[in-house]
Amino acid sequence: MRERSISSVPKPALVLLALAFLAQLLWHFMQPTPVAKAENLMAPPSLASMRLASFGEPIALSKVAMLYVQAFDNQAGLHLSFQQLDYAQVEAWLDRSIALDPRSQYPLFAASQLYGEINNEAKQRRMLDFIYRQFLLDPNHRWKALAHAATLARHRLNDLALAQKYAQAIRLYATAPEVPSWAKQMEIFLLEDMNELERAKILLGGLLQSGQISDPHEFKFLEQRLAELETSLANKVKKP
Amino acid sequence: MFKQIYSIATYTLLEALRNRLSWLILIVVFLGIGLSGFLNALALTESQATQLALLAAFLRFSAAFLLATFVVTSMVREFNDKGLELLLSLALPRAAYLLGKLAGFAALAIVPAFLFGALSLFFSSLTQGLLWTISLIFELWIVAAFAMLCVLSFNQIMAALSATLGFYLLARSITALQLIAKEGQLETSSSQQFMSMVMNGVAAVIPHLDNFTKTEWLVYQTGQWADLKLIVLQSTICLALLVSAGLFDLYRKNI
Repeated sequence: MRERSISSVPKPALVLLALAFLAQLLWHFMQPTPVAKAENLMAPPSLASMRLASFGEPIALSKVAMLYVQAFDNQAGLHLSFQQLDYAQVEAWLDRSIALDPRSQYPLFAASQLYGEINNEAKQRRMLDFIYRQFLLDPNHRWKALAHAATLARHRLNDLALAQKYAQAIRLYATAPEVPSWAKQMEIFLLEDMNELERAKILLGGLLQSGQISDPHEFKFLEQRLAELETSLANKVKKP
Repeated sequence: MFKQIYSIATYTLLEALRNRLSWLILIVVFLGIGLSGFLNALALTESQATQLALLAAFLRFSAAFLLATFVVTSMVREFNDKGLELLLSLALPRAAYLLGKLAGFAALAIVPAFLFGALSLFFSSLTQGLLWTISLIFELWIVAAFAMLCVLSFNQIMAALSATLGFYLLARSITALQLIAKEGQLETSSSQQFMSMVMNGVAAVIPHLDNFTKTEWLVYQTGQWADLKLIVLQSTICLALLVSAGLFDLYRKNI
């Protein structure tokens, strides 16, 4: 259907349209920019409710849940916001996400590489315990996060017994042929006198060599993490 | 009668293709790619799986929504333009009209399913993409048949479209609802037992669409051809039920 020219629209209607559009823009710019505050992270709905809300797409909802939780920490002042986060809620969200999509490694990756890296022992232990419990449910697919948890326990918490417990669990339960031998033998190198950087290099190098990291984002993230570790250890050496 | 069915199906398909529906389908494709690509960039790991899961979910729902909207609006317009009366004044059995319309909508459903399925092949294997596409076609056929039944019953866009979307969401959530009802049954109050009974009753008469077109096939490559057998069987039964209900309704109409 051909339309008539703009001149056939009454002027008051055009003025009203322009004013209403300007008012909308003005209203928008007067509002504060939305920021996800750590204290606003609420408890997730029950698993049954989430399954219902997924409308038969639990995998998609699991990914959305992970991106949602990430919005509360993925900001400037990263470590500061981790301290403010309620880890009970974070754990509940990770738990829901992995229950919706049990094959996903994302919640365990976030627990070990993101939330587990915090300088707060109680929160760190909570994340490590979460990883351990999830590992026991599916050891052959979830050993990667526990291997990282073992290094965190050894170096950040200085809890050799806990680190050994995790390494032993990998040896005993992650028995599938695709689990690399270095992961199964982790218990041995935890006992050796190595510093954190050396061990992190072995862990990362092992992961890269075994082809376990195929995702470019994960690769970049881990590389960045290693660089950060190198810098912080170099600073420690300079300031004895 | 086959010739009449073929003619009606052809013109139904032509109407859809000339109705800018293909543009809408293309817009959905670009929106899906853009949205899922944005979320891919946010993911720390499993970025491709995140993109694929969200893209597949978005495409699946969009395909069902677009098809249902087209079926409902096209048939209601035909009723309002007295097109149905005109057709039925000819030597045309009512069954031929209904089956012709359904065949046209079924042919139309193949267009978005193939396009969306082809898009999924960029992220997944050929077998899994094929399984997903074929399953989506059956899912869309069920949606189209249900939308037709709703139009014949309600004759109104709003009511028919709402009922179709309600049915679609219910059919995709029915297993979750049954599980919730079963959990509630542990507490043996009579109201919960009644609700559980109602839920099982509903589950008995609607297709479990949560078993169709699974995103995990694309993300984790878990689809098997055996899954498709069950989907074909369920779809055949469901389509037979919906078509016969539609025929029942159409033959009773005083036109």
